[in-house]
Amino acid sequence: MKWGVVRFPGSLDDHDALHALRDVLGQDARMLWHKDARLEGAECIVLPGGFSYGDYLRCGAIARFSPIMQSVTRFAAEGGMVLGICNGFQILCEAHLLPGALTRNRSLSFICEQVTVRVENARTPFTCATREGELLRLPIKHGEGCYVAPEAELREMEERGQVLLRYVDAGGRVSDEANPNGSMRAIAGVANERFNVFGLMPHPEHAVERTLAGGEDGCKLFRSLIEHAR
Amino acid sequence: MRTGSPNLIVKVFVTPRQGILDPQGRAAEGALKSLGFTNVSSVRVGRYIVLDIAAPSASAAADEAKKMCEQLLVNPLIEDYRFEVDDA
Repeated sequence: MKWGVVRFPGSLDDHDALHALRDVLGQDARMLWHKDARLEGAECIVLPGGFSYGDYLRCGAIARFSPIMQSVTRFAAEGGMVLGICNGFQILCEAHLLPGALTRNRSLSFICEQVTVRVENARTPFTCATREGELLRLPIKHGEGCYVAPEAELREMEERGQVLLRYVDAGGRVSDEANPNGSMRAIAGVANERFNVFGLMPHPEHAVERTLAGGEDGCKLFRSLIEHAR
Repeated sequence: MRTGSPNLIVKVFVTPRQGILDPQGRAAEGALKSLGFTNVSSVRVGRYIVLDIAAPSASAAADEAKKMCEQLLVNPLIEDYRFEVDDA
């Protein structure tokens, strides 16, 4: 499968995403530059984590206007697969490719830790290599990961199965303590209505090798996309 | 300054939307109360943006400022805003 990882000024996790895709998963992945409008034939676009444009104004607010995002928006409208991780998730929300917004963590602190998320819907291109209710251990590292959306919209998203990942405790239960950033309904990742755009705050690209502290649960999300494309 | 249209100063005040958790406002309120300002409540911490807009009239500058807020400066999902045109 052909992947494109977008590098914005301030992207941090672009290399980790490339490493995960190329070296661990054997994919054809290349870096795309934010000033280019070409997607180089990619079948899935990854918007990586980081602090694009210094997080000025609001996280993701400026990146949304970069030339490549005009192409990504068209690509998504045509049904192309788009995965936004952390800052990428924030960019997708600001670009209105995903519902809701990401605001300052409830604690006001930058959080860097391993969390447990539960797969809420395994019948999507992003989660089809997992089981519903499966628990994944993934790292988070963000200051603005508190997911908010209007209550009526949240209800509709839940009914349509757009909430793909939720923060839970080690036993798989939603609790206030297990919600690291105060996200509404403990939401860690959401898809759009068409299920071709997915954003999540945890970092699957940092969790692709058993020998490293992040574990390898992140592979399951990338493998889902690979299996879906077959 | 350009000839033609005068430059007008527009002050935009952006605050976390009512009903949206504002941890900064809450932390500031807690600190104020611990300083003895027990009469303070509903503290919101936001952003103040100053725009220098070349426009033929205050209402034209206001129209421009509104578009800028809607397209970039404000995320209506999480923020409220108001602005003042300084036509002095």
